[in-house]
Amino acid sequence: MAVSSTLLGRTLARGSGALGLGLVAIHILLALFAPLLVPYDPLTIDGAMMFDPPGAAHWLGTDELGRDILTRTLLGGRQAMLVTAVATPVAVAWGGLLGIWLGLAGGRIDAVLMRLVDAVLSLPWILKMLLIIVTFGAAAQVLTVTLAFFYGVPVIRVARAAAHGVVARDFIAAARARGHGTGAIVLREVLPNVRDALMVEGAMRWSWMLLAFSSLSFLGFGVAPPTPDWGLMIADSRNSMAIAPWSALAPILALSTLITGINLAADALAKAAGLDRAQNVVH
Amino acid sequence: MSSTEPLIALTGLAVGLRMRDGGVQPLLRGVDLAVRAGESIGIVGESGSGKSTLALAAMGYLRPGLVQTSGTARFAATDMFSPAGRALRGGRLALIPQNAGQALTPTLRIGAQIGEALRLHASLPASEHPARIVDLLAQVRLPTPDVLARRFPHELSGGQQQRAAIAMALAGDPEALLLDEPTTGLDVTTQAHVLELLRDLAVRRGLAMVYVSHDLGAVARVCERIAVMYAGEIVAQGTARHILRAPAHPYARALIAAIPRTDRASLPGAIEGRPPPPGGAGIGCAFAPRCPLAAEPCHASHPPLIAAPGGGEVRCRRAAEALALPLAAAPVNRTARTETAAPVLRLDALAVRYREASLADRVLRRPPATDVVADIALELHPGETIGLVGESGSGKSTILKAIAGLLAPASGSLRLGETLLPTRSALRSPAARRVIQLVFQNPDESLNPRHTIGDILAQPLGLYFGLAGAALHNRSTALLAQVRLGPHYLDRLPAQLSGGEKQRVAIARAFAADPDIVLCDEVTSALDVSVQAAIIALLDTLRRERRAACLFVSHDLGVVRALADRVVVLYQGRICEAGPADAVYASPAHPYTEALLDAVLKPDPDHTLRLLASDIVESGPPARGCAFQNRCPCPVGEICRTQTPPAREIAPGHTVRCHLH
Repeated sequence: MAVSSTLLGRTLARGSGALGLGLVAIHILLALFAPLLVPYDPLTIDGAMMFDPPGAAHWLGTDELGRDILTRTLLGGRQAMLVTAVATPVAVAWGGLLGIWLGLAGGRIDAVLMRLVDAVLSLPWILKMLLIIVTFGAAAQVLTVTLAFFYGVPVIRVARAAAHGVVARDFIAAARARGHGTGAIVLREVLPNVRDALMVEGAMRWSWMLLAFSSLSFLGFGVAPPTPDWGLMIADSRNSMAIAPWSALAPILALSTLITGINLAADALAKAAGLDRAQNVVH
Repeated sequence: MSSTEPLIALTGLAVGLRMRDGGVQPLLRGVDLAVRAGESIGIVGESGSGKSTLALAAMGYLRPGLVQTSGTARFAATDMFSPAGRALRGGRLALIPQNAGQALTPTLRIGAQIGEALRLHASLPASEHPARIVDLLAQVRLPTPDVLARRFPHELSGGQQQRAAIAMALAGDPEALLLDEPTTGLDVTTQAHVLELLRDLAVRRGLAMVYVSHDLGAVARVCERIAVMYAGEIVAQGTARHILRAPAHPYARALIAAIPRTDRASLPGAIEGRPPPPGGAGIGCAFAPRCPLAAEPCHASHPPLIAAPGGGEVRCRRAAEALALPLAAAPVNRTARTETAAPVLRLDALAVRYREASLADRVLRRPPATDVVADIALELHPGETIGLVGESGSGKSTILKAIAGLLAPASGSLRLGETLLPTRSALRSPAARRVIQLVFQNPDESLNPRHTIGDILAQPLGLYFGLAGAALHNRSTALLAQVRLGPHYLDRLPAQLSGGEKQRVAIARAFAADPDIVLCDEVTSALDVSVQAAIIALLDTLRRERRAACLFVSHDLGVVRALADRVVVLYQGRICEAGPADAVYASPAHPYTEALLDAVLKPDPDHTLRLLASDIVESGPPARGCAFQNRCPCPVGEICRTQTPPAREIAPGHTVRCHLH
């Protein structure tokens, strides 16, 4: 059996990696093409069809307003995935670069900024997020920037730790002695060596961001009704759980399969990159 | 068991690496070895020759992934791969590993670790263990054994750790010891002491020893018999005298010729080509592709082990002709340099200290930290090579780093030609940075593993000369050609290169800047002797062609002898002696230089060592007086403790800092 030389190939070679990436791929495809697939309008309220159990007309039944749950579930991940898909690379990029630079620079600036990072991380995430959302509103742009900022902070720590393993090596001393600038050393010498760690970190952050986004919607601070959204759907179906359990089941399954898929893929990615034992993931 | 029966007997032992496709790549190919009680045999070979695998297999242990494919390994007629054999491990047959610092458990005190070995392997009542532990530590000549027993491994120096590991191996009262490079990584003076200890133990306790090493000098010191390994098999064996004086195998001769010598300036002989990868040896003689004598039959079939013309056994069809191959490189004639040109680099009273006095230090009036490097004065002339010699902790790498601008000296000055150099690299002009280039010890550390060789060479070429595109490609190809590598290496990653090839790339990167000064930091110490010889030859050619001055740092006096015009000997960051290489090697004036030269191991069974009385390793220089005062075999008196000896010129260009002169 040939061992694939690429990181993607090695990730797919693991059962968990193939399953995880498969789940993520299905979710992305469904989110992209959902408007073409859905059988009903997600917003049409039908008083006669309230809490209709799963059947031929409504495969997954209807909710308390008679809306088709399959339609709303297919569309309900779109905003969450769009916002987090933009916020994740931004978070990894700024947190990663700042972390590498701090790992390289060390000294007083490193000490001061890392204590700030500790301070930000010590606050419960929901408190930090709500503070921003209450101030600036829950528009998608605000959510994207907020998630990208707060989820970039722990990336600083991971990137800095990964960079510490690299900056002591002689090729960094060689680059300094040649006279390369700090920017060139960060991008050309250190970044390629911490790239794998950052990719794994990005995958993990993505799943946490999705959870955070859905939690905000659940609490009423994210997506506004009547837009279909998993977190919101779970919140709305709470009261009817006893009479219509299917209304909560579909969004819960959708959200958990996506998050499980991302986590499995991230785990396999970490093992394929040989980071599972070398890296401590900071939550 | 009759007395003539060997204690350790390997018969046709073959070990292979199990591949993913189910195939097996041979690492040991039919090894026969017999060691009798009280006999010591050295197994010599370069990395990848299978010598460590052999030593471990003799103990019935194979690293994960390895399988025994045929043959047997017996100890006292017990199959070592059987459960009964496993029970003998660590008791009657003990292993002494290469890196004792890593083999000892860091969280257990030395005494507790030896106690564990006693509990497992000695039939001694537990109440007598403490006394026995102290006794064992005393046997390996550790000072104050009762104190050391309570220490943790990290509190011991490298040599002391190795002694503790030996004491642990002795705990089971073994009949045989397997030693896997036991002195590699130790300083020369410490190594000499450990070797003397091993020799003495073997004689006193009648131990059989299998001593695995890449170093023929170390083996010559300890072993009566020597076996030379190449590509997983024994190619020559015999008494130490047979193998070292008249080896009949071309590889054994080349290996001896590759060892740098201290008695005269000569370029050690390199061995062309590289050994076959595991499983890569064809049907013929494994050495044939690199052998100067190889003929048709050598490639066609595998040579048997025959009686060698000079004594012993050899696996070579042309053994008789091999005896005519040279055993030593021809001396080179170093024309005396006329130092009329102005120095290209000048160091004046350079001092480096690692910890600056903090505010707390000043408030508490703590004494300032002693300088790790102090009062270094040096002049490097164009085209000249200066060898900086000293043991670990002597500050030689620190001096190079200060010159390269990687750490700021506490005082003193650095001059490039006439101009004063800023201390930090970032403050220097691009031109000043270009003319000083560094080559590091370990190319695995100094080449970015994620960059191709092309990327690596592009860094200095782009930075200093703004080369790009076709011009960059042409220049890179030319540089690779200068270090004897083909253009196809441009697209490779460092991991795809051998150690020697990686170091060639690192050298090419330094010379890419067209430097006036090349700083070489132990550039050959991570390499095998044959590869080392090739790198020395390469550096010698390049510095002549490019007229680059070279500051060559090494702990290996032989390597320095091969390249240096002048030598500077350092102890604890202070210069002891400096002068023309010929004069310093022929008549060392400082007691430390003399001790260093006396501790050099030679591949000569009749060579004896002269040892310093103490092999303690000092953690820092004394606050006052001569740096060498604590280990000096011939102190003058109180003056050594109170006054730093001044530099005295005992011959033109030859200065010594010792109160004896």
